[in-house]
Amino acid sequence: MSENGHSHGEGNGATATLTKADFQSGQETRWCPGCGDYAILASVQALMPELGIPPEKTVFISGIGCAGRFVYYMDTYGMHGIHGRAPALATGIATAREDLSVWVVSGDGDSLSIGGNHLIHSLRRNVPIKLLLFNNQIYGLTKGQYSPTSETGKITKSTPFGSEDHPFNPLALALGADASFVARTIDIEKKHLTEVLRRAAEHEGSAFVEIYQNCNVFNDGAFDAVRGKGGADNQIRLEHGQPIRFGADNERGVVRSPKGGLEVVEVADVGEDALVVHDVHVEDSSHATALARLADSPTGPTPIGVFRDVKRDVYGSSRQQELLSAHASATLADLDDLLRSGDTWTV
Amino acid sequence: MTTTSKKLETVIVRFAGDSGDGMQLVGDRFTAATAHLGNDLSTLPDFPAEIRAPAGTPGGVSAFQIHFASRDILTPGDHPDTLVAMNPAALKAHLDALEPGGTLIVNEDAFTPANLRKAGYEANPLEDGTVEDYQTFEVPMTTLTTRATDEIENLKPAEAQRTKNLFALGLISWMYGRPGKATISWLEAKFAKRPAIMAANVAAFKAGYNFGDTAEIAATPIEVGPAPLDAGEYRNINGANATAMGLLAASVKSGLQLFFATYPITPASELLHHLARHNRFGVRTVQAEDEIAAVNMALGASFGGKLGVTATSGPGMDLKAETIALAVALELPLVVIDVQRAGPSTGLPTKTEQSDLLMAIHGRHGESPLPVIAASTPSDCFERAVEAVRIAVRYRTPVILLSDTFLTNSSEPWHLPDMANLPEIDPDFATGPNAGDEFLPYLRNEHGARPWAIPGTPGLQHRLGGLEKEHGSGKVSYDAANHALMTKLRAEKLEKLAEELPPLVVDADEGAELLVLGWGSTSGVIGAAARRIRGRGLPIAIAHLRNLEPMPANTGDVVRSFDKVLIPELNTGQLLSLVRDKYLVDAIGHNKVEGLPILAEELEQAILEVIE
Ligand SMILES: Cc1ncc(C[n+]2csc(CCOP(=O)(O)OP(=O)(O)O)c2C)c(N)n1
Ligand code: SF4
Ligand SMILES: [Mg+2]
Repeated sequence: MSENGHSHGEGNGATATLTKADFQSGQETRWCPGCGDYAILASVQALMPELGIPPEKTVFISGIGCAGRFVYYMDTYGMHGIHGRAPALATGIATAREDLSVWVVSGDGDSLSIGGNHLIHSLRRNVPIKLLLFNNQIYGLTKGQYSPTSETGKITKSTPFGSEDHPFNPLALALGADASFVARTIDIEKKHLTEVLRRAAEHEGSAFVEIYQNCNVFNDGAFDAVRGKGGADNQIRLEHGQPIRFGADNERGVVRSPKGGLEVVEVADVGEDALVVHDVHVEDSSHATALARLADSPTGPTPIGVFRDVKRDVYGSSRQQELLSAHASATLADLDDLLRSGDTWTV
Repeated sequence: MTTTSKKLETVIVRFAGDSGDGMQLVGDRFTAATAHLGNDLSTLPDFPAEIRAPAGTPGGVSAFQIHFASRDILTPGDHPDTLVAMNPAALKAHLDALEPGGTLIVNEDAFTPANLRKAGYEANPLEDGTVEDYQTFEVPMTTLTTRATDEIENLKPAEAQRTKNLFALGLISWMYGRPGKATISWLEAKFAKRPAIMAANVAAFKAGYNFGDTAEIAATPIEVGPAPLDAGEYRNINGANATAMGLLAASVKSGLQLFFATYPITPASELLHHLARHNRFGVRTVQAEDEIAAVNMALGASFGGKLGVTATSGPGMDLKAETIALAVALELPLVVIDVQRAGPSTGLPTKTEQSDLLMAIHGRHGESPLPVIAASTPSDCFERAVEAVRIAVRYRTPVILLSDTFLTNSSEPWHLPDMANLPEIDPDFATGPNAGDEFLPYLRNEHGARPWAIPGTPGLQHRLGGLEKEHGSGKVSYDAANHALMTKLRAEKLEKLAEELPPLVVDADEGAELLVLGWGSTSGVIGAAARRIRGRGLPIAIAHLRNLEPMPANTGDVVRSFDKVLIPELNTGQLLSLVRDKYLVDAIGHNKVEGLPILAEELEQAILEVIE
C-alpha cells in the first residue's frame, strides 16, 4: 500500500466487508514511542469500519501539532491544514458536502489558542463535524512550551519561573459556546474512547470530544490521577439515567452543592437518593457545565463520558439540499434572464 | 418658461450633501434615467467612512458624480459642469472642483449661521463673493419641499424635509431633460407600503422639476443626445454586481456550485450582499467569523468539489495570506477577490487605491507563486471573475482577482454578454486511478495541474496538506531535491498560463515614442488622457495589463519597443517596480494616493511633461 496514493482494491463502497485495514493508510507513524496518540489512532481505525461509512465518504481534517499528523495515517480523504484553522476548513467541506462524515483532529494549542475563534463558532453554529481535541496540556510539536490548558505555575522552556496564565477548561468553554454534544475520554481507555466516539459519530450536529492524551516526552504523567494504574478510582464515569457515583467500591458520589454547583461526597454520608442522576439530554447546559467544573484540572475526581447530547438545528444541511437542486437546474438562460431582469435598454 | 434647449456632447454633474441627505440615492436615480436615454455614462460615488459622520461638517459630506455624453466616455470626469450643494459643508468640500463659470445650485435654506459655523465658514459664502465666479442659483429647497408636501396626511415635518434630495433631483432632471416618469414609478414601487412617504417624495420631485420649468433657473435646459453605442441590449452595472454575475456565470458554466465565504468589510461586502440573494442559482454564502475562517471555508469547499470563493479588502487580505499559501501547496482551485482600498491598516476605508498589487503577487511566505489578474472597468469585473475561475480550475491554483473601491461602486452601461461566448470551464474531476491501478494525487497533466479528486470518489482517498509533498505520489517528503523540483513545478504552472494568455494589445499611433502602460481601474483615465494627447496632434501608445502575474508573454517586447514608458497608478509605483525589475526598462511612474481616481487632466499633464 502506498503511503498516500491509495492503492487497495477491495472494500470500497461495500461497507459490510470493511475492516480496520481499510482505514490504515500505511504511512509510517512518526510520533514518539509511547505517545498517547498511537492508542487513539488504533481505536479510531478500529471503530471506523463499525460506523458503516466507507473510507471515501470519510474526511479527516487537522491543524498543526503532533496531533495534526493523524490525518496522514487514515486511509480516508484528508487534509492537514494550517495551525488552528481546521474547524473552518471542516465547516467549508461539511457545509458543502452534507453526504460526508467529517472529523477534525486538533491539539490543545491548535484548538484553544490560535484556533479558539473557529472552535467556538463552529460549535455555536452546530456544524455537522466531530471535533477531537487531543489535550496533552502542552505544545508537543514545538518541543514543550506551556499551552492554554497547562496548569498555572507550569514550568516549561518558555516559562522557567512558572506560567502566569489561568488555563481553559475545554468542556466548559465548549458548553459556553452552546455545543450540542460534549464528552471527555482518555487515550488508553480503548473501550471507553470507542464508545464515546461512536456516540459522537451518531450525533447530528457538532460533537466535541476532549481526549486526555499523554505526551510522554514533554508532559509525562499529566493525567496520572485519572489515567492508567491508580487512576481508575478518580474516574467519574458518567452514564445517562444513572446516579453519579465512583470509587473502587462506588463509595463516592456527586450531589448538588449549596453553593450552586456540584460537589463530591461520601455516599454513606448523604444516602444514595441524594445523588444527582446524570441526564445528557437536558436542554439547559448548567448540569453539564457543573460537571465540567467539578474538576478544572484532572488532578482529582474527574468526570469522563458524555456530558451533553442534545438536538439542535444543524448548520447547513437542509439549506444545502435546496441549494443543490437549485444549482442543478440553473441554466445559462436563467442567468440571461437575471441580467435582463432590471432596467435594460436596446440600442 | 424656456422653450429652446442647448445641445451638449458631454456633461458632468456632481451632487454633494450631508451623508444623511440621500445623495447616493439621487445619483443612482439620475444615473438610471440617463442610462434610459441612451447616453454613455460613468459614475463616481464618494462617501465618508462613517455612516453618519458629524452632520453639517465637510468630513461628513457624501458626493456622487456622473459623467454622461452623446459619445463614448471613459471616466467619471474631472470637473463638474454643475455642482449641487445641499449645505455649506458640501459647498466647502466641493467648490474647488467646479471650474469658473460652472453652474452652482445651492440649498439656500441650509445656509444658516449654525451650519456655516459647522462648515468652517466665517462669513456666508453666498454673500461674500466666494461664489461670484460661478453661475449660482440659490434655491430655498427646504422651504419649497415643505410647501409641496404640506397637504400630505400623516407626514411628519422631519419626513417632509428629508425629501429635499428629491427636489434637487427633480430640478436637475429638468435641467438635463431627463424624463421624470421612471423616477416616479421607482418611488412608487419603493415606498408602496408607506403611502405618505411615497407621496412626499413624488411631490418633492415634481416640485423640483416644475421649479426648473417655471423659474427659468438655467437660461436654457440642456440636451445630451444618445451615444452611438454598439447595437444590442444594455443595462447599467457597477463592479460589485458585475463580479457577482461573473461568479454566477462561471458557476453555471462549470457546473460547480458556488461557495462564497467572507467576513464583512467595506467595500468588499457589496459582493456578499449581491450573491446572498441568488439562492436560485444554488449559491451558498457564508458570513464567517473572520477572514481567516472565510478563506479556509472556501478552501474546504473546494476540496469538496465546489467553487470556493472568498472576497475581502485591505486588512482582510493580510489575514488570508497564510491560507492562500496553503492553497498554493494543496493545489486546489480557489478564487480570492481583493477589492482594494487605501491603506495601510484601516487607512481610508471608503476610498480607492491600487496598492495591493505587490502584496497579491508576493505577499506570502516561501516561494508561493499564484496567478493575479485585475479588472479594468466596472463591467469588466464580469469577464475577469469568469477568467479567475477558469484559471483556478484549469491550473488547480488559488487566483487573486484585484478590483478596487472605484470599480466596485462606479457604474457604466454594460452591453450584455452573450452566454455562448463564455469560456469552457471543465472541473475534470478525477474518477479513477491515473498510474496503472494506483492513484497519484500529484501527477501532473500538460498544464502542470494535478488531479482534483473529491471525497466520495471510491478508491481515490488521499491526504493533502501543507507539508511538502513528493512529486507524483503526494507523500509527505522532506527530500531536498524533491522540494527544489516541486518549487520549480509550482512556478512552471504560471509559465504555462503565460503561454496561453492573449498577447498584450497596444493601441499605438504611427511614430509614438511613449507608451502609457496601465492596469486595473486606471484604464478609463488612460484612454481619456490619450484622447486629449491625440487631440493635440501628438502620437501616443497605450496598453493595459489584465494579467499581472504572469504577464502576457509579449509584455517585455512591448515595453522595450518604446523610447519611454509611463505607468500611471494609484500607488507609489508598484507595477513600475515590477516592469523595471522584470524587463530592465527605465519606466517612469505617475502616482497618486489621494483616495480618488487620477483625473484625465492630471494624466494629460504628466504625459506632456514626459513627451517634452
Ligand atoms: C501560524 C503558526 N504559528 C505557529 C506554528 C508553530 N506550531 C506548530 S504546532 C504548535 C503548537 C502545537 O501544540 P498543540 O496544538 O497542543 O499540539 P500537540 O503538538 O501538542 O499535539 C505551534 C505553536 C505554526 N505551525 N503556525
Ligand atoms: S512530543 Fe509528545 S505529543 Fe508529540 S509525538 Fe512526542 S510524545 Fe506525542
Ligand atoms: Mg498539545
